Amino acid sequence: MSERADLPAEVQSWLGQRRYELEGEFDVERGYIFTTCSSVQNGNPIFWDDKAAAEITGGPIAPPAMISVWFRPHHWAPGRTEQALPLQVHFDLKRALDVPEAVMSDNTVTFGEPVRPGDRLRTWQVLRNVSTPKKTKLGTGHFWDIDVEYVNQRGEWVGTESYTGFGYRRD
Amino acid sequence: MAYRTVTADRVEAGDALPELAIDVKPVDIVLGAMASRDWRPQHHDYKFATERNGVRDIFMNTPNLAAWFERYVTDWTGPYGRVGWIRFRMKDSVFPGETMVFKGAVKAVDRDARGCAWAELELELTSGGRVTTVCTARVAIPAAEGDNPWKRRGEDWKPRAAA
Repeated sequence: MSERADLPAEVQSWLGQRRYELEGEFDVERGYIFTTCSSVQNGNPIFWDDKAAAEITGGPIAPPAMISVWFRPHHWAPGRTEQALPLQVHFDLKRALDVPEAVMSDNTVTFGEPVRPGDRLRTWQVLRNVSTPKKTKLGTGHFWDIDVEYVNQRGEWVGTESYTGFGYRRD
Repeated sequence: MAYRTVTADRVEAGDALPELAIDVKPVDIVLGAMASRDWRPQHHDYKFATERNGVRDIFMNTPNLAAWFERYVTDWTGPYGRVGWIRFRMKDSVFPGETMVFKGAVKAVDRDARGCAWAELELELTSGGRVTTVCTARVAIPAAEGDNPWKRRGEDWKPRAAA
């Protein structure tokens, strides 16, 4: 990887690296699946009807859009003193690049193998790219691309969330 | 049992998806946030949302918006529709007391190298008459009756988004 004079060495070292790898705090379970479907009035039979699920999806599955739900920490847990921040790489970049403001401009979620009740998923974050300094109407800073990868307990890819953020300082 | 099924041989670019209108109540915002394990106060605490965030009410969180779009897409495809990817850009928030309206159209229908049929959709959510989210989704649909995208695994399932 070529050196980037505009980026701190710390940030350069993060490019393409797996960081913050962790396992979900609990197994994928149907209660949350039903509650999510209820919240958006989603009557798709593959989530509600075991016969339909057996016929169409080979058994019950979770709505693919729930992929990140399985990693949000409990609001409280015994012994926990700090709340983990989702998308920690984003916050690391704000600190390392000394940009106090940041916005997310695009979010793409790609879905792989279906997630099923009983699965225990793993995730990690990868910084894919940091732009050279850019000036926008918000201020001056960098665009960055972060992928959050998800696999199941068999190592099968189940999804990727890709975020584009812009961290900046007001001009 | 027969389910509503959209097949690629009966879909073409320009086809419109049926509109979906939902009157948003406070419970929809709070239920959506809790279902997606999002405990941030702007999604359930009116005082925090209005005094700290400076918005007019609690508002819908992003993961729940994604779930609404997923539901909208598969309402159209039927249960054999399998979303490959979804990309969205938020422009404004959805507040209680508004009516959300989902609209969409088929942008393209194609098949990949593995024979999987795909419909690419352009979607838009308005709430209270404002465009709040624009979205593109690529959903695998049966090529014809009897096909089932959910049976695709490994090399036969290639949903990666275009750059």
